[in-house]
Amino acid sequence: MQLLQYKSQAVAKPYFIAAIALFVAQILFGLVLGLQYVIGDVLFPAIPFNIARMVHTNLLIVWLLFGFMGAAYYLVPEESETELHSPLLAYVMFWVFLIAGALTIVGYLAVPYATLAEMTGNEVLATMGREFLEQPTITKVGIVIVALAFLYNIGMTILKGRKTALSTILLIGLIGLAVFFLFAFYNPSNLVKDKYFWWWVVHLWVEGVWELIMAAILGFVLLKITGVDREVIEKWLYVIITLALVTGVIGTGHHYYWIGAPSYWQWWGGIFSALEPLPFFAMTVFCFNMVNRRRRQHPNKAATLWALGTGVMAFLGAGVWGFLHTLAPINYYTHGTQITAAHGHLAFFGAYVMVVLTIISYAMPLLRGREVNPERAQVLEMWSFWLMTVSMVFITLFLTAAGLLQVWLQRVIPNPQPFMEVQNQLALFYWLRWLAGVAFFIGLVVYLYSFFAKDKPQAVEAGEIQPAAT
Amino acid sequence: MSATFTKSMARNIFYGGTVFSVLLFLALTFHTTWKLPGRIPTATPSPEVARGKHLWETRNCIGCHTLLGEGAYFAPELGNVYQRRGPEFIKVWIKAQPTKVPGRRQMPQFHFTDQQLDDLVAFLKWASEINTENWPPNIEG
Repeated sequence: MQLLQYKSQAVAKPYFIAAIALFVAQILFGLVLGLQYVIGDVLFPAIPFNIARMVHTNLLIVWLLFGFMGAAYYLVPEESETELHSPLLAYVMFWVFLIAGALTIVGYLAVPYATLAEMTGNEVLATMGREFLEQPTITKVGIVIVALAFLYNIGMTILKGRKTALSTILLIGLIGLAVFFLFAFYNPSNLVKDKYFWWWVVHLWVEGVWELIMAAILGFVLLKITGVDREVIEKWLYVIITLALVTGVIGTGHHYYWIGAPSYWQWWGGIFSALEPLPFFAMTVFCFNMVNRRRRQHPNKAATLWALGTGVMAFLGAGVWGFLHTLAPINYYTHGTQITAAHGHLAFFGAYVMVVLTIISYAMPLLRGREVNPERAQVLEMWSFWLMTVSMVFITLFLTAAGLLQVWLQRVIPNPQPFMEVQNQLALFYWLRWLAGVAFFIGLVVYLYSFFAKDKPQAVEAGEIQPAAT
Repeated sequence: MSATFTKSMARNIFYGGTVFSVLLFLALTFHTTWKLPGRIPTATPSPEVARGKHLWETRNCIGCHTLLGEGAYFAPELGNVYQRRGPEFIKVWIKAQPTKVPGRRQMPQFHFTDQQLDDLVAFLKWASEINTENWPPNIEG
């Protein structure tokens, strides 16, 4: 039986598989980092903290990009009602991106960072050594080439086929992603300017154009699993992305409070970023509204769960945990503490990790030639959903507790204590965070296993008499 | 959402709102760039400071430390380390790494020359003189 409406959608499959593989590696390095927080010299000097962190964050970005690209290759042909412009280009770029990414990670781990900078000609155009943009300049050039080829492929497909609001929103988001990445090449010796425009990559990605990509992916999956009228879904999408950009663009100012920019950013940034939870709240309402108004009972219950989960967790992580420390008088005390780390974890997981896992959950069974995963596989996938989500909530809560204590001891009390003295007193929370990280990893193992789980003859029956468990 | 609020209305609000936000952001950015020279120690960083920043970057210091609150939260804030510790302590400290105290967080040894240490200190001094609106709240960072 042919399940894919367009056979070129199949190019999404390697992208999704690579995304999951890199996700696993990301979490393993996260466990190393968590341990180094409490046993400082673990794996030193083989893998110093800064190297492990760079691997952890860069893997996250790269696997999310794999996920976004896979999502686009899957949904654009279906939206445009035509085959992908060039499946071959998509396959070639897959290998280019994967090999460039792998070589970069190997470079991080195999040689000292300064040596890597020398080897890759950082002197010619120095772009390395800034948070999240640690990649060698040649890797950055590679990313631009892959992004351009990808945009060309997706753009040509959209141009020759049916134009929907959904694919337009996705395309605007993807173009924005590529355009803002170009600021990674701007690295002035003036630290304030460097920091100011560094945020044009980091903030305008995650609190700007990525939200468009996220909304489009979520909209597509909800369109498919609920059967709700396209007009309704696309209207919602426009409302969500309007809120995202109107709050998020000026909201960049919440990063400009203490880095040398004028003080008026405390007002501009504070007010607009305080409204940044709105698009995420709209996404939550959107998800539940669409599922409640569904016109069909889609057999992929796991995908529905991921979609609803994305709505809720993105609002909590990006919305609520962002709001907690976005106003300048509060941020004055919390800036650059474990409060930021807590927000970062739940926001990235709730919004971007979960939306990629949503589209994978929906599309992967179809890409593997089955209408829907076996019941047992779905149950396991839903177990992994709960294990990973609850673990991440606990990671966030423990980091928040650590952060509050850190702020108090280091910045609020009359005799503030030095950084390391404070860190030693946070050890309990760091241990608890690490245990929650181990639980997350167990959830991830269950997730991986769910791809290979088959129904046992009696398991089908058990699934039918326990609908409440799903 | 009610039927009177149509998809094309939503779309127009999106494009209008986005263009307005972007223009406002660009105007504020232009103004910030214009005001910047008055908020930093020297309008153009000296060659020492520029070299120091380059060393800061190519040793990936941001992978453990924060600088003006941005970076990793594993090691102390360095935006005000010049005031907290002074230039000599900074150099001696960097040279003495790693401490190899069992269980303690370790900083790598970077084998800097004296010139490089001076450049790094010049960069940290420059960073410490940025008008940060009085952040961090106290000397501990």
